[in-house]
Amino acid sequence: MLVKNSIPSGSDAKIISESLWRIRLNLLQQAWKNNWQIFTEKKIGLVGLWIIGFFILLAISHPILMAYWSSQELPPEAMMGHNKSLADVYDPIRGLDLRPGKDMMPLSHPAAPSWRHPFGTDPMGRDVLSQIMYSARIEFLFGVFSALLSVFLATLVGAVSAYFGGKIDAFFMRLADLVLTLPFLPFLIFLSSLLTLDLFKLGLVLGLLGGFGGRTIVLKSQALSIKVRPYIEAAKIAGGSHWHIIFRHIIPNILPLSFFYLMLGVTSAVMSEATLSFLGLLQAPISWGLIMNFARSFGYSFYEAWWLYLIPGVTITLFCGSFYLVGRGLDTLVNPKLRKR
Amino acid sequence: MGAFLLKRTLHIFLILFLFVSLTYLLFQVTPGSVVDKFLGNPKMTPEIIAKIRAQFGLDDPWYVQYFRYLKNVFTGQLGISYSQYPTPVWDILKDRIPRTLVLFLSSRVISFYLGFILGKIIAWKRGSLIDTSTTAVGITFWTMYYPLLAIVNIWLFGFLLGWFPINGFTNPLLWLNAPEGLTVNLIFAYMILTGFIFLILWMIAWLIAKKPELSGKTKKRIIYISPLMVVIIAVLVWGFSGYGKYAWDIIYHMILPIFTLALISFGGTMLLTRDSMMETIQEDYVMAARAKGLPPKLIRDKYAARTALLPVVTSLTLSLGFVLSGGVITESLFSWPGLGRTLLDAALMQDVPLAIGAFAFTGVFVLIAHLVVDILYAVLDPRISIETI
Repeated sequence: MLVKNSIPSGSDAKIISESLWRIRLNLLQQAWKNNWQIFTEKKIGLVGLWIIGFFILLAISHPILMAYWSSQELPPEAMMGHNKSLADVYDPIRGLDLRPGKDMMPLSHPAAPSWRHPFGTDPMGRDVLSQIMYSARIEFLFGVFSALLSVFLATLVGAVSAYFGGKIDAFFMRLADLVLTLPFLPFLIFLSSLLTLDLFKLGLVLGLLGGFGGRTIVLKSQALSIKVRPYIEAAKIAGGSHWHIIFRHIIPNILPLSFFYLMLGVTSAVMSEATLSFLGLLQAPISWGLIMNFARSFGYSFYEAWWLYLIPGVTITLFCGSFYLVGRGLDTLVNPKLRKR
Repeated sequence: MGAFLLKRTLHIFLILFLFVSLTYLLFQVTPGSVVDKFLGNPKMTPEIIAKIRAQFGLDDPWYVQYFRYLKNVFTGQLGISYSQYPTPVWDILKDRIPRTLVLFLSSRVISFYLGFILGKIIAWKRGSLIDTSTTAVGITFWTMYYPLLAIVNIWLFGFLLGWFPINGFTNPLLWLNAPEGLTVNLIFAYMILTGFIFLILWMIAWLIAKKPELSGKTKKRIIYISPLMVVIIAVLVWGFSGYGKYAWDIIYHMILPIFTLALISFGGTMLLTRDSMMETIQEDYVMAARAKGLPPKLIRDKYAARTALLPVVTSLTLSLGFVLSGGVITESLFSWPGLGRTLLDAALMQDVPLAIGAFAFTGVFVLIAHLVVDILYAVLDPRISIETI
């Protein structure tokens, strides 16, 4: 039997002239497009994204508004000599509205929502809308920082303990068991009795707890299923080092799940922060939970000053809910079982 | 099953040990000690400070302190509270633990039952109006900022409608005229005892009903009528003893907090049951049951729901922290004198011994709950209970 020339002739083999990065970029673009399509199939994630977008707008517009307000000089007699510009009235932390209300009586605080203060004022005479907008920025920074830290740790630890197994795995899994049994809020309350918690410390604690907690177990099991794939074997044979395989092959494959946990992480971090500041255990200039805390510690009930409870409470619910909804939308991406096709 | 439970118990004891050690570690790594509070006080001479240090055992090496601490925690000697000065920490905690336990257990049972039943139904009728609306309500309550929900509930039911008291554990006016020697704790202890007897009798009824020679109808009668009888007897006994109004006062104050706490946690159970049922419904044996022509309700309850229950029971452990956090807020907003509020007050007043005690017992509480869930799981899952017979 004659063996014909086994090298395919020119028409079969296409010489790839495009550079490598361009191919990668195209692939990435394709993947994004596909994922976006799957993500938008469920409207639930889109709703979440819209709400997040709204909050981003809120956070960005605050400094601009503040700059505008400080340019608005006020006549001295209108402001009883205290407030020089509108910025002094609307400042989220130091502001105080001394303007006389109806019948030339000084505006009593907390004042109910009006045109001048759409969300009312708090017991110290500060504008609630301004506080909510200012806090949105803090809340974003805090939530994303804490969630990023926790997801970064969880991904790394999950991938490493899945790849190496053995003692490293056993250690991190027992640690995760311990963290899982830790009652979160009582732990934070206990911690605040020992040291003064501020936003940075709280973010750090939440990030560490989340990073070594339950998320690690889930990410590890995902990484385990990647580890047994043939291409990992191939990478090993090709001489890839341990870290090369972990960072180039395992972690990119569990990233969708990490992203899912990033969203849930923001929700849980902001919820914890809001609860702690509501209980008065957090050192922060202002936050949504603190607005409610002030109202409560000044002795105003829901009946007397509903806007001080309802508005921050709904804001927190919406903010946390939006990230949760995006997470649920990502669920379809992460869990192929749920896909329609 | 014995081996499984033994393993879990050992595991939990190990975690308890680690947990208690972690509490100590946190206490040690945070800056400052007991005497630092007096540094600014000019009357405190170095000799007095040295004396206080010696009294608190702060001069000993850390491992001596650590073992002393372990010994004290496991023998229940938690020191004396700063904020309620001469009262030992254990005496404060002893009164509060049962209250938290009752709040937690009853709200958990209600929310689990409600969530499971609702989840079962909406999964069966998926895509219908009931499904969509109930899911939306569940997600709303689940993602809602809990303090807001509690405050709105207090305002709605306590103030606007006036159905329930706004806060507190008892009505002080009623207890003012109570006979000598009658304390809240005594009545509460008897109430817990009543509940306990009720549970035991119901379990006995359940075991009797499980006998194979009984027909389905008799079984149902035994299971549903026997608890009713016990409740009637209990109400009669309490009523005739003359202490009924005191017990009712406590129950009356309990309804709103338990309802509020159950409201946030039923959503999680419901959504999970729904997801779990969706997967179970697609199994082959459910299809086979349908093909046999069994009534749909029977398939739902006896075939699909039994399997779907397992992941939901597992989630009980995971949602424990969530409910416990809710418990702290509930206790603080409803002025409910429980463990969580004690911890919160201790933290606000920097009462370190009380905070350590309350936190350590919260941990013990969580771990016992974990063990209970494990036992429940072992009983429910035939793969574990049959394996070792």
